[in-house]
Amino acid sequence: MNILMLLEMAADGFGERVAVGPLEGGLTYHDLRVRVGAGAAAIAEAGVERVAFVDIASEAFPLALYAAAWAGVPIAPLNYRLAPDQLADQLAQLAPVLVIAGDAYLDVVKSARPAVVMSRYEWLQACHRGHDVEAPAALMDPDDEAVLLFTSGTTAAPKIAVLRHRHISSYVLGSVEYMGAMEDEATLVCVPPYHIAGVANTVSNTYAGRRIVQLPDFTPERWLETANWEGVTNAMVVPTMLARIVETMRAHPGEYSVPSLRSIAYGGSKMPVTVIEHALELFPETGFVNAYGLTETSSTIAVLGPDDHRTALVSTDPAIRARLGSAGLPLPGVEIEIRDELGALLPIGESGEIHIRAEQVSGEYRGRASAVQGDGWLPTKDRGHLDADGYLFVEGRNDDLIIRGGENTSPAEIEDVLMRHDAVEEAAVVGLPDVEWGERIAAVVVVRDGHEVTSDELRAFVKQHLRSSKAPDVVEFRAELPYTDTGKLLRRVVRAELLGEA
Amino acid sequence: MILKAGARLRSTVCSTEIIVVKAPSGDVSITCGGAAMGDPASTEAVAAGSPAPGTGTAMGKRYVNADGALEVLCTKPGAGPLACDGDELGLKEAKPLPASD
Repeated sequence: MNILMLLEMAADGFGERVAVGPLEGGLTYHDLRVRVGAGAAAIAEAGVERVAFVDIASEAFPLALYAAAWAGVPIAPLNYRLAPDQLADQLAQLAPVLVIAGDAYLDVVKSARPAVVMSRYEWLQACHRGHDVEAPAALMDPDDEAVLLFTSGTTAAPKIAVLRHRHISSYVLGSVEYMGAMEDEATLVCVPPYHIAGVANTVSNTYAGRRIVQLPDFTPERWLETANWEGVTNAMVVPTMLARIVETMRAHPGEYSVPSLRSIAYGGSKMPVTVIEHALELFPETGFVNAYGLTETSSTIAVLGPDDHRTALVSTDPAIRARLGSAGLPLPGVEIEIRDELGALLPIGESGEIHIRAEQVSGEYRGRASAVQGDGWLPTKDRGHLDADGYLFVEGRNDDLIIRGGENTSPAEIEDVLMRHDAVEEAAVVGLPDVEWGERIAAVVVVRDGHEVTSDELRAFVKQHLRSSKAPDVVEFRAELPYTDTGKLLRRVVRAELLGEA
Repeated sequence: MILKAGARLRSTVCSTEIIVVKAPSGDVSITCGGAAMGDPASTEAVAAGSPAPGTGTAMGKRYVNADGALEVLCTKPGAGPLACDGDELGLKEAKPLPASD
């Protein structure tokens, strides 16, 4: 099934609800469908094979996403913060392409000479032009490409992940109830369109009938104020955002509250347990949802729900308490297995590579063989384990595993302990080459304002909570750590800097 | 008929429309209200019938056959009922999940 069908059902069933924007004056599902038809005509007229979207989140994005589906071409939302030559390179890979670009990115986009360029304003105008165009009645092939996403390239050169209509629709049908949102619900979105969560939230909230409020320029203050002003009931954040919201609220006690907020979903990278503990205290009435997924799996495949969070927070059973740091249980229709490097299934509790099988799994990169194996399983390159009740614990990327003296250590294990120290605000742990041990463990720490701590104190702190072989051989202090725009720690940069290669 | 995932079908006796989510491998007969369903491109839309209480097809609900080989999604509601080879399709119950994005 085609993702356009999701919008058609929304427009048919609750067309008068606001799809995106403010309650007064926002775009309804009915308006959205009418304008998408006009936008699709503009895309068809351009005679291109793909659409690229180079802009921050605005109503132009859902219009472009569904209009591309209607026109039968895939859309590639690109990272607008890329250097000009990188952006030009990605646009060249998409040719012949129609580019919808925000004003700030127009010059760079034009210099790459794509087939057609439209400013955001021109695109919105094009969507305004038509009236009641009929959606194509012909069968839309669910196997057509829907969305092309360049991977963030934290470990290698960016690749183009291909998501077909059947992948994204199967994610939505499997995890979202049609019109499942109440009429007053609104979700606050700060992930950019080029992130899989930016795509997934557009379609899943369409199908649920939940109004989308976009906040492209995140600051904790703006997030808290917008959530209040817009009566936001649901929010989706990446861990670095939640950490900053928590810091701001703790620094100004009593100044901020968001009484309308029923649910905060987080994902995209590992959430420090200390941050989620503080957040649960600061938002006592709010349900927290941890979503784990990959671009290649069309977003979420496992969820730790609100009840799991609260149960874990107050539990005295260490196994249940630990679930606060887990990614929860697989969605219906999703299977998860942990396997060793030879592909053999590992017993419960043992760490290995996370494998996924589900209809929503694409595992396809443009110009490469599918990463999905013959038996239908996708090796994720993420490391993790399952507990006795099937809760998934994600330990980080396989490539980040540190092997010191033959002992495997995932950086997250040490980072979690460091973050429990009062003086530590952020921590990154990496392995560095070592003649004697194979690798030695290095930690880079950002100290919290007004605190002091020494390298030896932190080494002793880790020793006390783990074992001595896991204490960092080196602890260095920095003013900040390098992250991608969507909150992924750039370990490659941390490592290079420590080795003097930066 | 041989079904394909993504195929759309329209009832010839009520306003029901469906989309095939999962298709069985063999030849099957899909009916709505006892009559064979047709291609929406060549089938005239019928005004909504009034379903008996507790029956009828509901928008956004998924219906499955006994062995789960056939799954369809209702994209326009109507009187129904949907059946595959004479056996009425059952409502696929889904556990509500928290919004994750």
